[in-house]
Amino acid sequence: MGLLSDPNRRRALTKLLTRLNAPICVMCYLAGVAWFMGLAFEPFTLRTYMSENAMGSTMVEERFPAGERALATGREFAAHKKKVGGMPVDWLVKTMQSRGLEVFTQSFTRKLPFPDENKERYMVRGTNVYGILRAPRAPRTEALVLSAPCSEGNNNNQAVGLLLGLAQYFRSQIHWAKDIIFLVNEHDLIGMQAWLEGYHHTNTTGGDWSPLQGRGGSIQAALSLELSSDVITSLDLVLEGLNGQLPNLDLANLFYAFCQKIGVLCTIQGKLQRNDWDTTSGYSHAAQTMMLMVLKQASGRPWGDHGLFLRYHIEAASIRGINSFRQYKTDTTTIGRLLEGMYRKLNNLLERLHQSYFFYLMPSLSRFVSIGYYMPAFGLLAVILLLRVSFHLWDNRGFYFYLTPSSPGVLSILTPVVISHMTGVALYTLPILSQEMAVQHFPVSETEAVVLTAIAIYTAGLALPHNTHRLLQGEGTEEGWRVLKLVALLYLAVLLGCTALINFSLGFILALSLVPIAAFITPHTPKALSAAIMVLLSPGCTLLYCVFVFQELQETPVSLQDGWMLFLSVISQGILDHALYGSLVYPLLALLIYPCWLLLWNILFWK
Amino acid sequence: MQAKAGQFFSSGHTNNWAVLVCTSRFWFNYRHVANTLSVYRSVKRLGIPDSHIVLMLADDMACNHRNPKPATVFSHKNMELNVYGDDVEVDYRGYEVTVENFLRVLTGRLPPSTPRSKRLLSDDHSNILIYLTGTSRWNGFLKFQDSEEISNVELADAFEQMWTKRRYNELLFIIDTCQGASMYERFYSPNLMALASSQVGEDSLSHQPDLAIGVHLMDRYTFYLLEFLEDIHPASTANMNDLFKVCPKSQCVSTPGHRTDLFLRDPGNVLITDFFGSVRKVEITMETINLTAPMVHLAVESELKTESQSYVDQLPVAEIIHQKPKQRDWHPPDGFILGLWTLILLVFFKTYGAKHLKHIF
Repeated sequence: MGLLSDPNRRRALTKLLTRLNAPICVMCYLAGVAWFMGLAFEPFTLRTYMSENAMGSTMVEERFPAGERALATGREFAAHKKKVGGMPVDWLVKTMQSRGLEVFTQSFTRKLPFPDENKERYMVRGTNVYGILRAPRAPRTEALVLSAPCSEGNNNNQAVGLLLGLAQYFRSQIHWAKDIIFLVNEHDLIGMQAWLEGYHHTNTTGGDWSPLQGRGGSIQAALSLELSSDVITSLDLVLEGLNGQLPNLDLANLFYAFCQKIGVLCTIQGKLQRNDWDTTSGYSHAAQTMMLMVLKQASGRPWGDHGLFLRYHIEAASIRGINSFRQYKTDTTTIGRLLEGMYRKLNNLLERLHQSYFFYLMPSLSRFVSIGYYMPAFGLLAVILLLRVSFHLWDNRGFYFYLTPSSPGVLSILTPVVISHMTGVALYTLPILSQEMAVQHFPVSETEAVVLTAIAIYTAGLALPHNTHRLLQGEGTEEGWRVLKLVALLYLAVLLGCTALINFSLGFILALSLVPIAAFITPHTPKALSAAIMVLLSPGCTLLYCVFVFQELQETPVSLQDGWMLFLSVISQGILDHALYGSLVYPLLALLIYPCWLLLWNILFWK
Repeated sequence: MQAKAGQFFSSGHTNNWAVLVCTSRFWFNYRHVANTLSVYRSVKRLGIPDSHIVLMLADDMACNHRNPKPATVFSHKNMELNVYGDDVEVDYRGYEVTVENFLRVLTGRLPPSTPRSKRLLSDDHSNILIYLTGTSRWNGFLKFQDSEEISNVELADAFEQMWTKRRYNELLFIIDTCQGASMYERFYSPNLMALASSQVGEDSLSHQPDLAIGVHLMDRYTFYLLEFLEDIHPASTANMNDLFKVCPKSQCVSTPGHRTDLFLRDPGNVLITDFFGSVRKVEITMETINLTAPMVHLAVESELKTESQSYVDQLPVAEIIHQKPKQRDWHPPDGFILGLWTLILLVFFKTYGAKHLKHIF
């Protein structure tokens, strides 16, 4: 008979699983971590290649000539920006019109839930200006977007100048099969969100914007340009978008192909590529690049203006010019040629980019790891939860323990679940709602009030088990915590599984910290030690460690003090991202992960 | 002069037709349209009129939005040669280029409303040139328009239909795709000669990209074929053996192949212009010639195969009525029948127990 249908063999299998459960769990955890770290090892990765036939072997000689003129336009833009003290709308409209584009503007206002201290804004009012270059012979069914943000001070003037220079050059070509939209957005992401919502006639985040007068068809691809210096040494590609969504890998392949063709130094995560993969330092370099991408993806925030395009299924990336201390500089004409080449190839597209991967990790710009290779790392961690479920089901009681007469009442299980989730709801809603009250009673600004309220509610949850038991009559039974643990394990498994499907990095990082405590917490472990470990591995502290690790990887390590301030600003940014753009990390952590952790905390203090 | 008159009627064909097909669409397949148009241009130059050419192009490259030089299709880089020209006549365009239409053109089974320009009105004294180009990823198939294929068996059967309906005298089949030789493997009708740009398992490569247009302009085989044909003029005496030498492996990277076993005449005696041009044998004379005696063919008889070709009986009544088709090969029983019997046997042994097995074995 078969392995699973023979009762004798089944009993032997379950006995094996229950006896060796802890060692298998530990091994799976170590294997998962090792698999993840091994992803950066070059022989396990694949070289990137162009998957789309339409973009494949075509090659064009790029002829963009007007880099200097673009810089002059950028200087003019800067002067007008200073004169107006914001976005020089009239000058931009006039300039775009003189270049032969159809120009439209969109005004928007947005009131943030609380002031943003990083960017110092609260009531945001702005205007987006965009010009459409109509394809000379094609119907107006498809479009490409090139955008540059209008930032304060001296940032991104050259980007706007290059955008206008390219607009003038593209206008004289007749081979465009798609409309090209040149967009200058104000207040970076808020303006971009308003523009995209206006373009697609949706309003998911409650902003207030004027409808768009002109449209260009369905957008196939978009590039966002950030250039703040006249010459650059390298171009950085930013891929991570909202909720950890990534553009199609073909866009990164396209960028890399052109970097190689034109001979510009290109980086990803600000790190150059290295050839010595077999040395320790080479491997650690690749691992650092990959970890940076993982942390950026896990944060769920858009890391460039392109990040908001992705949710409309528009492949988009940001290209950032970096001027460092290298000797070899690249001028604006070359950057213009690179963009011209990329847009000509995107022009040849017949369908949206879909041939290459949508889920991948990049240890360097020319190597990638696809979802089929990195998902087992998470799978190994998730399997630990299922192993523990099996352990608790079969431990010393055979199969049918839940039919024993002393089964716990539903109420004693439901109460911790309900209370945990209500705490989660409080963590989600109260910080913003109660900022007024907090500001009245304490000498803090609104942002600090929100963040500190959040931390306060989080810490208050630690005191819950005592209060829960005061509510319940009688004691919880021995069975009670087992059932609760089963529920918590399954709940966590489903939660982490769904998160990893959408945002692998977030799911993996949460799994790294939550799976060990979920696996081994029982009321019988030493209380003080377990409590300390639980707090140290809680989602909040995981976030704190991630902040420190991120700063280390960026080669700007911070002291404890600065790290703590950074942590507070990260929390406020997370809440703002959710309110402004619909990022799901904050609701996920507050409404689902934190209650799950509280359930485990309740199990620890079960009486 | 009278003796020479015998030579006049030795080739056997009186008119020439050409069917030129490009099967692939999309901008990055520019080179296939350029291939077909180059052969079209050569064929027109050598004398075949538009009324005798069926040109099928699956996509419009000249007016594609991405063409920086609209209304042109170039075959040489630096835009030396515009093969689109001013007087191109495309008979089947865009989505009309399908396997069904192609086979209908070949076999002549077109609805009565089809205009003359879309028909192959050949007879049994026509020499036909058929040129196919496109992409083919598999052995034995040619892809039409990304959604359907024609197989080599279908093509061979179409040619057999043409032979049975006496729609050609001799036929030259040229194909420029990957694994082209697989397409002529299955031919079995007489008087067919075939050329392909690559053998089975080889890829046909494209020739040169143009940096202003941004695509590959031609495939290698057709590029060198075009170069060869540019040297041919209507009075040229180049023969098929020269054509077989076009694009050796050093230039083409793939190995071009040809097939002449079904052809009656020796390829060395077949002029290029027999297929590519529409050459009228005109000899102006001021004398009168009396053609009273039956013609004596001056051509050496031994070159012709002595086996005489006959047409297949068009209506084999005896085979249709009163006769079951003779099964020549034994075919194993159908899989379904096998499966059914296995099932019955299994059920039998399950119900009555395995111990009966030992009675059988």
